[in-house]
Amino acid sequence: MIGTRLFPAVLLLAAMPAGASAAVLPPLVAACIGCHPASGGDPAIPRLAGRPDSEIVAAMKAFRTGGRSATVMDRIAKGFDDAEIAAIANWYAAQK
Amino acid sequence: MKAASKNAPHEPSRRRVLRSAAAVAATAFLPRPSIAQSKRRVVIVGGGFGGASCARALRSADPKLAVTLVEPRRIYMAPPLSNAVLAGIRPLAGQQFGYDKIAAAGITVVHSRATAADPQARTVTLETGDKLSYDRLVLAPGISLRFDAIRGYDQAAAAQVPHAWTADGDQVALLRRQIESMDDGGLVAITVPASPSRCPPGPYERASMIAYYLKTNKPRSKLVIIDAKDEFSMQRLFQSAWKQLYPGLIEWVSPSKGGDVASIDIANKTINTDFDTYKYAVANVIPPQRAASITMLAGAADRTGWCPVDPVSFESLQQKNIHVIGDAALAGAMPKSAFAACVEGELCADSILRLFAGEKPVAAKLTSNCFSLVARDYAISITGVYRPVNGFYTEVEGAGGVSPLDAPPSFRAQEAKFADAWFRTNTSEIFG
Repeated sequence: MIGTRLFPAVLLLAAMPAGASAAVLPPLVAACIGCHPASGGDPAIPRLAGRPDSEIVAAMKAFRTGGRSATVMDRIAKGFDDAEIAAIANWYAAQK
Repeated sequence: MKAASKNAPHEPSRRRVLRSAAAVAATAFLPRPSIAQSKRRVVIVGGGFGGASCARALRSADPKLAVTLVEPRRIYMAPPLSNAVLAGIRPLAGQQFGYDKIAAAGITVVHSRATAADPQARTVTLETGDKLSYDRLVLAPGISLRFDAIRGYDQAAAAQVPHAWTADGDQVALLRRQIESMDDGGLVAITVPASPSRCPPGPYERASMIAYYLKTNKPRSKLVIIDAKDEFSMQRLFQSAWKQLYPGLIEWVSPSKGGDVASIDIANKTINTDFDTYKYAVANVIPPQRAASITMLAGAADRTGWCPVDPVSFESLQQKNIHVIGDAALAGAMPKSAFAACVEGELCADSILRLFAGEKPVAAKLTSNCFSLVARDYAISITGVYRPVNGFYTEVEGAGGVSPLDAPPSFRAQEAKFADAWFRTNTSEIFG
């Protein structure tokens, strides 16, 4: 259980310099975690933790193209490419 | 996995997950002996959003670290949303946080002021005379107000004419009392400094919140913003909202119209520019700013009064083993906001852990999302995505921007909800 939960985090960390042993968080997630914590959080902000990564990727891409209306996420999604979105979605999907 | 199993059930779950991710990484890549064996010391000066978030992130990731947080205040008044206290729509108590939970998390909290730092000896001196030794020092002290910048406005004057621009709840309470007790028909004057300064949209949010109160309670009153800047954050959104919600109430005076404040005469209740004299009932002087003085004493501030840093590690470009985060840092295009400070605190913690392990800090992409209240259930925002380019955080082109000008009330209400939610999420992660 713990293994599957944390596997994507390890994948993300694996992209960092070899021997990375001290990470507080995958750096890409720093962009998101101020509003979308790894679990818990406020009911007013959609929860990402534990959500299937395909859903997060689809939402981010729809925000980016304007296919889905938003208050702030359309402005933020435009700053991330497909690989970054996939990595972020992977990490959140692995949280509970 | 040892770290993960030690979590108390009440610990904020975000920390728990971050810590377990770090623990797995450590298992996966074999931690270096230096991390496992020695007790590294990190001293953090400043217990606001930046410093306190950095302290918690460090301690959660590595319970073996000796983390000391130096903060003179026992009660921190969180500046975000505090303008709503002026409008009477949020209680001051909702802005105030203590340090008990931070201490309970294993961080040594020292309620004293740092009066000196010696980068060679790697020590910080406190006003008690005590010295703290560090392996890495994080300066997150926020701003110093320049009490030498406006004639007639020194530190003593702030007891009569509040700035209400620091984490000091008494200043906000004083301004609120003055607005409540002024007669209907009076003038509220807000003076705004040139950039860079803390919370660029803050003065205009404040004007909006005071106007909200005046319109309801003292409808013959006026408000003037005497500004040292020719343009400001979210200007079109603010001005269009003012026209709609507070017609004729708010006047904005730019420097080209004489907005640069020369002096204040507290005895006669006048603010003077080169062109005009304003007779006020209540004045709020937001003075020019620089990084808090400990950064100068540590040799981390440059001639601009702010602290140049490496954008990946937040290490000072002037002093080794000293990191600067939050409003005191020159972080390129990243605004001086609590939102940015929180994220910088987490990233700085990550960098310090990597440096202790003999690794290179990893570059990140950051977002900033600042909400400003214009009325009850009405907020607007400015958003940016940033990445380090040539040593500075630079905005990612095509991303970010401000709320639409023509949005319906439901959109503004949603942004007001997000502002609240951000505040609750981050204050509970940091102080809870």
